[in-house]
Amino acid sequence: MALLNGILAQLLNGLRIGSIYALIALGYTMVYGIAKMINFAHGDIIMVGAYALYVFVSLLHVHPALAVVLTIGFCAVMGITIEKIAYKPLRNAQRLAVLITAIGVSYLLQNLALLIFKATPIPFGSIIRVPSITVGEITISGLTMVTLAVTAVVMVGLTLFVNHTKMGHSMLAVSEDQGAAKLMGINVDRTITITFAIGSALAAVAGILYISQYESLLPTLGALPGIKAFVAAVLGGIGSIPGAMIGGLVLGIIESMSKAYISTQLADAIVFSMLVVVLLLKPSGILGKLSIEKV
Amino acid sequence: MAMLEVNDLKVYYGVIQAIKGVSFQVNEGEVIALIGANGAGKTTILHTITGLLSPHSGSVVFEGTDITKVPAHKIVSLGMAHVPEGRRVFAQLSVLQNLMLGAFTRTDKNEIQESLEEVYKRFPRLAERKNQIAGTLSGGEQQMLAMGRALMSKPRIILMDEPSMGLSPILVNEIFDIIQSVSAGGTTVLLVEQNAKKALSIADRAYVLETGKIVLEGEASVLMNDDSIKKAYLGE
Repeated sequence: MALLNGILAQLLNGLRIGSIYALIALGYTMVYGIAKMINFAHGDIIMVGAYALYVFVSLLHVHPALAVVLTIGFCAVMGITIEKIAYKPLRNAQRLAVLITAIGVSYLLQNLALLIFKATPIPFGSIIRVPSITVGEITISGLTMVTLAVTAVVMVGLTLFVNHTKMGHSMLAVSEDQGAAKLMGINVDRTITITFAIGSALAAVAGILYISQYESLLPTLGALPGIKAFVAAVLGGIGSIPGAMIGGLVLGIIESMSKAYISTQLADAIVFSMLVVVLLLKPSGILGKLSIEKV
Repeated sequence: MAMLEVNDLKVYYGVIQAIKGVSFQVNEGEVIALIGANGAGKTTILHTITGLLSPHSGSVVFEGTDITKVPAHKIVSLGMAHVPEGRRVFAQLSVLQNLMLGAFTRTDKNEIQESLEEVYKRFPRLAERKNQIAGTLSGGEQQMLAMGRALMSKPRIILMDEPSMGLSPILVNEIFDIIQSVSAGGTTVLLVEQNAKKALSIADRAYVLETGKIVLEGEASVLMNDDSIKKAYLGE
């Protein structure tokens, strides 16, 4: 019974951290689907979101609820700006050039944060104050419940948006064939902009949830969850929205189970080795797109 | 005044000149065929007309408006639809989703529904398969879907790029019957084809393209009996 409870508790931990990975992975996968690029600066938007929340709440004393909205808005605008300045001029360039630029943007964001906020970690208490509940012998923290609830709402909302709105349909069309999408009257540039805005807004949500868990701000805090979410996106099948959701949750569970039952030190290594395993066994990922095109 | 005028169009791919000063006109209600061998520049011309490529010089005038610099996504709402080479249907989406994307720029739901019913009437097979994923359709069905998708924008002119490519002779006949009925319905047609015989059989006038230049033009019925055309394109 104790073992079972332990496993259930770890499962919840895994779902909590996995939810955050899933939110970040959605940004990777959507941008990849639409713009065919891996935005390696995406992880740093989490950091931007965490610092933005800190500035709004601790320095400007904005009400936490409003601060959350402002943080999400700030990150969305940040994502749009990065796309306009750094990636749009490279729309027809080689993929490698775009990839290197994304890594450059990542360093730029980290060093800007270092310049503004210095290297010393800034303690920042969670703004999520929900009491924990106990079911049987398992205690579920308020943060876990909020994280799972927020992620569920975001996922359902995003799925409805993509499949049932005109903008969502234009995103699907652009991700498949930009030229044909243009012929339908779809503004491809605007679609890419909106995708970056949504991806960055999701990263902001992830950043808020992440910082509520770790309660300490560092300019590099986005790097590790960012790269793990990238693994999650590949695990789920890059380009697939449900794939990113599943990949994130699976990776979170693998991480927490590894920490609890194998080794805390080895947990990250196990998580990253998943990338190798996926690339060896099923490079298209769990929900990777099937090639069903007939000629 | 012609409905569509292409004036002295020159298009480059890098340093290579693909189109070397092409001019032609399409009048309202006509079926115009642009024929020529592989690599003559037919697809390049269509891509330049609808803004997927920009010309080095020359102009494209549609219904009196210069559209040379109009971006591709603004062309369809002007009343011009383009059925691209290789169909380019959205393979992961359903037949219905593809058709609705064809009406992307239209807003009146009732009118869109009317167009959808017209397309289903013209292509009953699309109605039967409206929930099927487009990538699983046969080549002929995908061609029908690409044409239906273009018709969903209610175009006054439709540009078709190699609609017969890769289809069996029976399907080719079926597709050409549909093109004729689209034309009879009042839509102007600019048809690009390697299958010169079929194209000339339904066209009013035709232009023959060779390595980026128009080498011959005239009534389709006259061109069909032209010796050089017979030899080069009709295999007689």
